[in-house]
Amino acid sequence: MPEVQPYKATERKGETFSYLPPLSPEKVRKQIAYLVAQGWSPSVEHTEPEKAFSRYWYMWKLPFFGETSIEKVLAEIDACHRANPGHHVRLVGYDNYAQSLGTAFIVHRAGR
Amino acid sequence: MAEKTYTAGVKDYRKSYWTPDYVPLDTDLLACFKIVTQAGVPHEEAAAAVAAESSTGTWTTVWTDLLTDMDYYKGRAYRIEQVPGDNTAFYAFVAYPIDLFEEGSVVNVLTSLVGNVFGFKAIRSLRLEDIRFPIAYVKTCGGPPNGIQMERDRLNKYGRPFLGCTIKPKLGLSAKNYGRAVYECLRGGLDFTKDDENINSQPFMRWNHRFEFVMEAVHKAEAETGERKGHYLNVTAPTVEEMYKRAEFAKSLGAPIIMHDYLTGGFTANTSLANWCRDNGILLHIHRAMHAVLDRNPYHGIHFRVLTKCLRLSGGDHLHSGTVVGKLEGDREATLGWIDIMRESFIPENRSRGIFFDQDWGAMPGVMPVASGGIHVWHMPALVAIFGDDACLQFGGGTLGHPWGNAAGATANRVALEACVEARNSGRQVEREGKEILTEAAQSSPELKIAMETWKEIKFEFDVVDKLDVQKRA
Repeated sequence: MPEVQPYKATERKGETFSYLPPLSPEKVRKQIAYLVAQGWSPSVEHTEPEKAFSRYWYMWKLPFFGETSIEKVLAEIDACHRANPGHHVRLVGYDNYAQSLGTAFIVHRAGR
Repeated sequence: MAEKTYTAGVKDYRKSYWTPDYVPLDTDLLACFKIVTQAGVPHEEAAAAVAAESSTGTWTTVWTDLLTDMDYYKGRAYRIEQVPGDNTAFYAFVAYPIDLFEEGSVVNVLTSLVGNVFGFKAIRSLRLEDIRFPIAYVKTCGGPPNGIQMERDRLNKYGRPFLGCTIKPKLGLSAKNYGRAVYECLRGGLDFTKDDENINSQPFMRWNHRFEFVMEAVHKAEAETGERKGHYLNVTAPTVEEMYKRAEFAKSLGAPIIMHDYLTGGFTANTSLANWCRDNGILLHIHRAMHAVLDRNPYHGIHFRVLTKCLRLSGGDHLHSGTVVGKLEGDREATLGWIDIMRESFIPENRSRGIFFDQDWGAMPGVMPVASGGIHVWHMPALVAIFGDDACLQFGGGTLGHPWGNAAGATANRVALEACVEARNSGRQVEREGKEILTEAAQSSPELKIAMETWKEIKFEFDVVDKLDVQKRA
């Protein structure tokens, strides 16, 4: 058994997938495909990192109701990221049946 | 058929209570019992006896029967079926008129259905397999104080199961040392930690001391990780007054969730606490100590799917469901059946999962199943496949037993969970490809790598005692 390793100072995280390495563009594409295949509406949100704990981030435009094109969703994520370079950018999927979010994960973390 | 003249004496139950032509009403409460009779007792008579003794009947005729409309109030045995693959037992289906039961009272329903009848001499053993609660009755019950959707919004967690851990050793830690264990788990990536059910307020750690130190740990981990966290503060207590006192203190400290043991604490206390949680915006985690006493024997007692329905009506946001894959009893198909009963709005009859009746919950919120007991990172792919996103997976020893400590154990579990969810969403078969998925994830997580080396050999492969009743293959 290897020696006990010290655990690092606690890092700031960002909920789902934030314990994995940053998702590659290819992996993000697959997550978008899953999101739209569930029938959820994609939506892009962003925030200053210091306000990230709030449940409410800024909406980028409106949710893209009925949008199933992975390319178009990616383009909106990129546009939001370019317009707000110091912000976290996350993708969420509105599930109108459960009246909840089917998923929400950060695509671009500020400072990375 | 109503008799209009009074004749004293004992009369066969089946004359009044066996009604094979009866078509149950939508408002009837339906029950399925598994019965083994004493030698020589006809099935119809035994079924009728169960219907009578669990509703209006007693052992002899009484003149006051004639003062009421017994045909309106009596329970009716309306069908019997052989148990597949078992020639000792049979199923009896009984319909009860809704007005036999006080509105909103699981207590009253159980007092009738699993009351004196279970000691009835003509019956060798008796098991309540399922109840269909009519939607009209469901609407009189409070149900889960928050439900799955509200829990996700409160905790800000979407698109994955929740991760938890029961703090161990379950007895004997001081409040400050206990808070340390909580803090390490939460800062490492868990969403929740949990009081063990045995922890109430013992001399080694009084409840109020525990609450204070635990909530400091929760708040610190939230501030550091930027994620929302909670700890199930167990408010199970010797009296309801004391239970409320503990719940109020938890609220004053900003706790998002408290905990109750619904069977040992009792349904009256549980329903009251659920109402308190609804009024105060606090989540309610439900533990099920004593359930195996009631539900494990295949021939006598109450099936867990019934206890599940009763909890959903009484109120709770989490309920332990078994893991299928860990150290505790639980058949996979049967577990999937009661997980549906916890979470779904409408569950159709499905005998292959042990569900005897359609159950309509209407708009009643769902209960989050909690998988806990002897599970570790190697079980993660199967757990994600079995439970999906709306569940709380709890790794006690599988977090605290990590060679580098709780925080590393928590990180290992969180990485494994997220890797499985990410893989599932990408179209991979997580159960079949579990090993590859975890191995890939471990390349960037030394905590996961060590966890996988520590636990790879542990398995729990005893067969279950309580199996679904199915025809045995020749």
